[in-house]
Amino acid sequence: MSLHPPAKAWTYWANFLALCVLTVVTWYTARMDLGVLSTPVALGIAVIKAALVVLFFMHVWESTPLTKLVIAMSLFMLTVLLTFMFTDYMTRNYDVLPPVDHAAVSSVKH
Amino acid sequence: MSTIISQQPRNLSAGQVPEEHSEVNYLNHETTIASWLLTLDHKRIGILYLVAMTAMFILGGIYAGLLRAELITPKGDLLSSDFYNKSFTAHGVIMVFFVLIPLVPASLGNFMLPLMIGAKDVAFPRLNLISWYVYMIGAGFTLFALLAGGVDTGWTFYTPLSTTYLNSNVMLTATGLFILGFSSILTGLNFIVTIHRMRCPGMGWFRMPLFVWALYATSVIQLLGTPVIAITLALVGVERLLGVGIFDPRLGGDPILYQHLFWFYSHPAVYIMILPPLGVTNELISTFSRKPIFGYSMMAGASLAIAIFSFIVWAHHMFTSGLSPYAAMFFSLLTFSVAIPSGIKVFTWLATLFRGSISFDSPMLFAYGFIGLFTIGGMTGLFLSTLGTDIHFHDTYFVVAHFHYVMVGGAIVGFMGGLHFVWPKMTGKMYPEFPARMSAILIFVGFNLTFFPQFLVGYLGMPRRYHEYPAEFQVLNVFSSAGATVLGVGYLLPILYLPWSAFFGPKATRNPWGATTLDWTHTSSPPSPHNFEATPVVTEEPYKYNTLFKKESALVGH
Amino acid sequence: MSVTEKSPNAAHSGHDHGNSHELAHHFVSVEQQHDAGNLGMWMFLTTEVLFFGGLFAAYTIYRYKFERVFEQASNILDPMLGAINTIVLIFSSVTMAFAVRSAQQGKSKAIVAWLAATILFGCMFLGIKVFMEWKHDAHLHVFPTADFNWTYAREMHSGGEHGHGHDSHGPEMKGILFNAPVVPQKYIDADARNPEAKQARLFFFLYFTMTSLHAAHMVIGFGVMAVIMVYAWYGYYTPNYYVPVESVGLYWHFVDLVWIFLFPLLYLLGAHLGAGH
Repeated sequence: MSLHPPAKAWTYWANFLALCVLTVVTWYTARMDLGVLSTPVALGIAVIKAALVVLFFMHVWESTPLTKLVIAMSLFMLTVLLTFMFTDYMTRNYDVLPPVDHAAVSSVKH
Repeated sequence: MSTIISQQPRNLSAGQVPEEHSEVNYLNHETTIASWLLTLDHKRIGILYLVAMTAMFILGGIYAGLLRAELITPKGDLLSSDFYNKSFTAHGVIMVFFVLIPLVPASLGNFMLPLMIGAKDVAFPRLNLISWYVYMIGAGFTLFALLAGGVDTGWTFYTPLSTTYLNSNVMLTATGLFILGFSSILTGLNFIVTIHRMRCPGMGWFRMPLFVWALYATSVIQLLGTPVIAITLALVGVERLLGVGIFDPRLGGDPILYQHLFWFYSHPAVYIMILPPLGVTNELISTFSRKPIFGYSMMAGASLAIAIFSFIVWAHHMFTSGLSPYAAMFFSLLTFSVAIPSGIKVFTWLATLFRGSISFDSPMLFAYGFIGLFTIGGMTGLFLSTLGTDIHFHDTYFVVAHFHYVMVGGAIVGFMGGLHFVWPKMTGKMYPEFPARMSAILIFVGFNLTFFPQFLVGYLGMPRRYHEYPAEFQVLNVFSSAGATVLGVGYLLPILYLPWSAFFGPKATRNPWGATTLDWTHTSSPPSPHNFEATPVVTEEPYKYNTLFKKESALVGH
Repeated sequence: MSVTEKSPNAAHSGHDHGNSHELAHHFVSVEQQHDAGNLGMWMFLTTEVLFFGGLFAAYTIYRYKFERVFEQASNILDPMLGAINTIVLIFSSVTMAFAVRSAQQGKSKAIVAWLAATILFGCMFLGIKVFMEWKHDAHLHVFPTADFNWTYAREMHSGGEHGHGHDSHGPEMKGILFNAPVVPQKYIDADARNPEAKQARLFFFLYFTMTSLHAAHMVIGFGVMAVIMVYAWYGYYTPNYYVPVESVGLYWHFVDLVWIFLFPLLYLLGAHLGAGH
């Protein structure tokens, strides 16, 4: 008597097929010039693929709420790390310095 | 000896009360070296950690003594500047990583957690033992690095000093800390699974002792934060090896990126250090005022809130580093918010003490000291989280005093209180009360004498991490060094009387403090190897003290 | 309000007297043991998310700062090989899922077979990566070591779609890394004058660190799987106790997840630029 009933074999093959299709899709969309959308599209497809792996290969679809909470917490912390670091990098505005006025500098008496 | 109020366990029938002091217990049922070094018993592993951390604490304390000795005089006459830098680095690395991070969870937590929730052991006993060995291996690497010549970057290893300009002991130290991180992760992992899955029947989440909530919150931080410093140290090592420049501005990198990644862990790390002692204090305040904690759910929620909030404030260590001022404002605001749950805790304790039946036993003296010192430390943190004042205070002794108030006055004093509290259960022996009270008082007085002048001298502008200073600061520094001596004596006393009592002290009863949690009421002192005779079933909240009591002795045979 | 003696669960025949290793002494039931082991593995994966997350954070910051150079640098990598590797790794995840399924069904020899298939496809992944991709990268001098050269790499990459061009001045000297030819001095000088070379080197540093860390996780996975295979061969795992197999399964799927994100972020950044940029 197993602890959890095994999943149907065809679900794994169906997911594999879906993941292959999505890989091909992401390859083709990357070659198209989508401008500012290219990153969101690529990441969006990656998220869908990841969701398939997490939900069906890792059995999260039928797991306890605790498992889902654990996954949510780790993703939340990762998001915090990335976004809060970006509050610094996106607002610095001092990577580009004004051009040096050599005449003004050389005339300063020390 | 003092007479203690008796607390009959409420959910045990007379025939099932465990022995007061069992003759066959976890300490004496096997006594070979192998039975200790290969033990899977969480209680023994807690003691292994305790011994190791005491040794590290003494070593770190010796370095502190060197620093304070040097700072008696303004000139750099005792130590060279290089050796001084290596000393404060060693002091910081040892105290932060090898003492404070594992302090309460690995010793008191390992010992008490299964007892408090009615379990036979933690969820993964072998991982528990492995975590101790990983700790020892990490300690070995780091001590070897210290002996091989030391590192003088400060415990923060800021780049590009650590990646470009320094000797290769940085790699050794970083490796040692990388390994040590796994010890922390494994302990946290073990505790979370234990608390989720191994509570005895009837112990719902809101019937757990508050110490368990604190351990849970701490473990969450350990799990989520430690990997980031692991990868950061790995990047430092790779940068040294390949010379790539991920943190080197000449090569396109950004040294502030290192600081972001470093503090993303190291700020939550300080909450790893303080949350368990906050939890210990809950137990102490409640037991020694014979009152339930004023707001149980608020306390539990505050522990979790501190854990979550601790992850979103890290850049307050970086205000003067070149951080964007907008990010600085954002983080400053968030840092104010993290004071709120801490404040909730302090006010809750005061409300618990109010109209309680307060006593002054030594664990409670430590708890009182904790509340006072932690409050001062916490409030001075507000000065540092305010952007304007931080510009003045950053890298001065004000910061040094602030974190010593919370880490030593808070975490270490809280730990000492917990250690004394647990000692009769852990060893089955009672320590002598008079030296214990002396120790608490000496630590409190010595601590304030050491660190309060540092607030003043920092405000006046004395920078930290300097081996010499202008002569006008000397008087305050002399006070500080004198206080350090008193503090040292205060720490020396328990190192003497506690082990003495373990071997030669009088036998203690099952529940000398009259506590109400499972670890006190359902186990003997010391506990048997498998903790409980029968799995307990819990039927009510903790901290329900008897209002009618009869006086009974704390010691067997009296 | 009295205590009740907690007797072993009579409802479950899970206390199999034949296999006494099925239930550790500190657990009350096989369900508790399984849930604890599963939760513990998920906790460990959480730490892995944050471990790789630090590298993803560094990547994100530098990509934001040096977007154009990162796109050009990414273009050097071959997305076709990356895509093939992605399919290979996903397939190894499928075989791993079947290994866990066999454990749930109590088919010990099937566990061994499926795990062997997983290791096989994992090795295929590493083989393609090390012997095809990294050899190509070494010849273009994009390993972030001292002999990294951005000017050389760009010229060789855009100069020949059918392989790398040769610098035909004099006999070819061989470096130690995959016998790659040594870079002539003019390229070294060109790089020293070009600040973008350092930015490109950052990209490749991140690329090699992230993929090497990923590869290291795969190798560790092979080791654990080999141990599990031995235990499975001797019938150690039953439908009541298979949480080690499930745990290594979770670990392997996590390795797959990391790659699912590494592939677009590292290989496909500059794909829209086409060849010759």
